Amino acid sequence: MHDPLSSTFPPAGRAARPVSGAAGGAGTRAHFQDAAPRLRGDLGVWLVILLELLTFAILFVSFAFARTREVALFNTSQATLNLNAGALNTVLLISGSWCVASAVAAVRRDASAVGARWLLGALVCGGGFMVVKLGEYAQKLASGVDLSTNTFYMFYLLLTGFHFLHVVVGMLALGYLWVKTRRGRYGSHDCHALETGAAFWHMVDLLWIVLFPLVYVMR
Amino acid sequence: MRTLSLTRVWMILLAITAATYWIGEAGLTGHGSMGPVLAMFSLAFAKGLLVCLDFLELRHAPALWRWLVAGWLALVLALIVLAYWIGLP
Repeated sequence: MHDPLSSTFPPAGRAARPVSGAAGGAGTRAHFQDAAPRLRGDLGVWLVILLELLTFAILFVSFAFARTREVALFNTSQATLNLNAGALNTVLLISGSWCVASAVAAVRRDASAVGARWLLGALVCGGGFMVVKLGEYAQKLASGVDLSTNTFYMFYLLLTGFHFLHVVVGMLALGYLWVKTRRGRYGSHDCHALETGAAFWHMVDLLWIVLFPLVYVMR
Repeated sequence: MRTLSLTRVWMILLAITAATYWIGEAGLTGHGSMGPVLAMFSLAFAKGLLVCLDFLELRHAPALWRWLVAGWLALVLALIVLAYWIGLP
């Protein structure tokens, strides 16, 4: 069956680069595949990750510079945000990332069942993040806040909303990978798709690591 | 071994998050000084770098990728700190 996450570019085999042409046996090849520097995950998805990082960089820096014009407004608006919810969500994303990294490590040593449990843990963390974030949005909407309220809330809703969409996409990928991992689809022979999904999920975590102190704490 | 080191990374990340939360909860930033904000974004840099190197496994990737992502993180955080400094009274 075709696996949409496992398309490889360049083909995985190209990562193996024996240092000299003399010893080209299969064993040597496998050895060098482990030792040589290698980007974990699909190159195409990594290019998407770079694009996302660039997009968020523009949003983060725009927020920071827009704040210089309305410092008092940003500070009073930020005071209405729930710091506890923001911190809890940081913990959930970090823990989710840890679960995914542990799942990849487990699958690489062919412990699919263990890997699947780690992925389930990541899904629980991601689900928890979504519940907390939706709760925050509900609170803000109930108090009459929307995109046009002021510059701070416009940025808050855009930044966290755009990030939330990435969490949703990441959750879909993790759910798919969880099902496949449970069926033993991945292992030491092939964990390219899992590594690709993991890279995307860690990016979501990385973005929140900048977003949390910037939007919730800096005043 | 590998799992243990991933767990250690996770615990360090949690500790840094707790420190960031404390900076916010104690209201340390916002008194017209750069110190707490610099400290907070230095912590964010450490946190982001750990995610890059150990979770994204860029430690084992070609150096160009490591520099791209770590450079992104450093540049974004530096610009945020610069903007904060400009906004100080």
